[in-house]
Amino acid sequence: MEEKVTTATHVRRVISYIVLVIISILCLFWFYILFINATRSHAELTKGFTLLPSTFLGRNLYNVLHGTLPVARGLLNSVIVSGSCAILTTYFSAMTAFAIHAYRFKGREAIFTFILAIMMIPTQVTALGFVKLMTSWGLMDNFIPLIVPSIAAPVVFFYMKQSMDATLPASLMEAARIDGAGEMRIFNTIVIPLMKPAIAVQAIFAFVSAWNNYFLPALILHKDYMKTLPILIAQLRGADFLKFDMGQVYAMIAFSIFPVIIVYLFLSKYIVGGTTAGAVKG
Amino acid sequence: MEKTAQAAVKPQKNNKVTAYNKWGYIFLLPFFIIFVIFQLIPLVSTIYNSFFENYRSGLTQIGPNFVGLKNYGALLTGGDFLKYFGNTMIMWILGFVPQIVISLLLAYWFTDPSLRLKGQRFFKTVIYMPNLIMAAAFAMLFFTLFADTGPINSMFMQMGLWSKPYSFMSHVGSVRGMVAFMNCLMWFGNTTILLMAGMMGIDTSLFEAAEVDGATASQIFWKVTLPLLRPILVYVMITSLIGGLQMFDVPQILTNGAGDPMRSSMTLIMWLNKHLYSKNYGMGGALSVILLIVTGVLSFIVFKFSASKEVER
Repeated sequence: MEEKVTTATHVRRVISYIVLVIISILCLFWFYILFINATRSHAELTKGFTLLPSTFLGRNLYNVLHGTLPVARGLLNSVIVSGSCAILTTYFSAMTAFAIHAYRFKGREAIFTFILAIMMIPTQVTALGFVKLMTSWGLMDNFIPLIVPSIAAPVVFFYMKQSMDATLPASLMEAARIDGAGEMRIFNTIVIPLMKPAIAVQAIFAFVSAWNNYFLPALILHKDYMKTLPILIAQLRGADFLKFDMGQVYAMIAFSIFPVIIVYLFLSKYIVGGTTAGAVKG
Repeated sequence: MEKTAQAAVKPQKNNKVTAYNKWGYIFLLPFFIIFVIFQLIPLVSTIYNSFFENYRSGLTQIGPNFVGLKNYGALLTGGDFLKYFGNTMIMWILGFVPQIVISLLLAYWFTDPSLRLKGQRFFKTVIYMPNLIMAAAFAMLFFTLFADTGPINSMFMQMGLWSKPYSFMSHVGSVRGMVAFMNCLMWFGNTTILLMAGMMGIDTSLFEAAEVDGATASQIFWKVTLPLLRPILVYVMITSLIGGLQMFDVPQILTNGAGDPMRSSMTLIMWLNKHLYSKNYGMGGALSVILLIVTGVLSFIVFKFSASKEVER
């Protein structure tokens, strides 16, 4: 009896390892080909498929940066927009969460419910009014419509609120008040440092989602020197494909994907843990 | 004397607390100002626009004229809406079904104490990774890899499996399949982690009791784990459906906005995007409002589910 159970478990373990390895290969395969192809020249790419890298990575990257698409500028634009979003969304979401967490005022419950209720409004359904409004304010081809709205981010707020409930005791506030600290100072010098782990996780998520965002930036940014990387990728897709140096095409895709992956590999511990904390309680 | 002193102190303390609490409103201000300007006003304006006829026909601008609900009528009876809604749903289901099956299986294995899988950190890192990559770049990558002259075709031809390249981009099934596969790949890691959190929340004594009663691993999965996981499964399904309705980046880039072949991979948001570019604000507005209502109903269900869970604990 005992023996039988262990064999069954053993078999199940072997099966699960095999499936896990297959699924992992399925996940990594695409990035592997992307990497290999980004290292090969156009001539090599047209000859066929191989699993071994070549030596043209530097050449391809150089060509991408000095090609017809303003990729270097796009990279800079993407960094500016994503970085600003990450800073604004975490700071102000922490502030909003702090308001709900630390103070007892009239309508607090209702406001909390309201913020949760607007969480699911997709940006797409307000896009029409948004674009019209930004046009009438002369904010087309401007980063403001892409950066400033991140101040009101219900999802980040919810995560911050959860994490404050777990880490920020009310006694701390009282102690700070007795020491004569103002509320704004308490928030900036006590709450923000204590929230560092939550802020770091949310900053990464905010950065990545702004980095990958395509729908709204494509509606707002039309001038070449304002475009972010996803718009340039779309432009690459729209161009007459066969005339392109394929090595450059792959290098350009690699250029948009690999920075995020490299950061992810360093911080994966926090990111994989961070997804659950906000979404499901326990 | 002492009594009056206490009485004097008490309201003072209350005042102080109220004085502190006004900071609650102050700290909420940035959120609400930005929300009103960048979300609420655009939302109201979108709804307002949906009641007007407002588009360009060639070089002439038609409208804006108030037409009431005519845009909604035209939208719902035009046939295109149902076609694109169908496309969106088909691609969502094709991606969601394998996603939930794989995620359930992996989450079950990861949390099964009798299996004690090694290298879990590595596997979780790998399966979550596709979630973070740029959908636009991923779609572009698939487009180049699956092109007629691309590496996938040349790989199969080198292996001698087929003699001439298969044109992935001009067959309905393969384009929809690619979109579904990409969505599945990008989201199953996220779903796995959500389900794991749910499974770890189940009282382990229930599994032990089932084991003592002689239940097999698969019996435990079907009779204990799955029923207890239902609230989270519903949550995962509806949030994924809401995300599915917003499907845009992958099919847009993969088909260059055309939804080829024969508009069979055109999603609702791709259609909305087309209206926004052609400045057909009336129809675009009506489509936005319909999407808002559908999303609202679905969100309400999620909200009810999470709220009832909150009450239970």
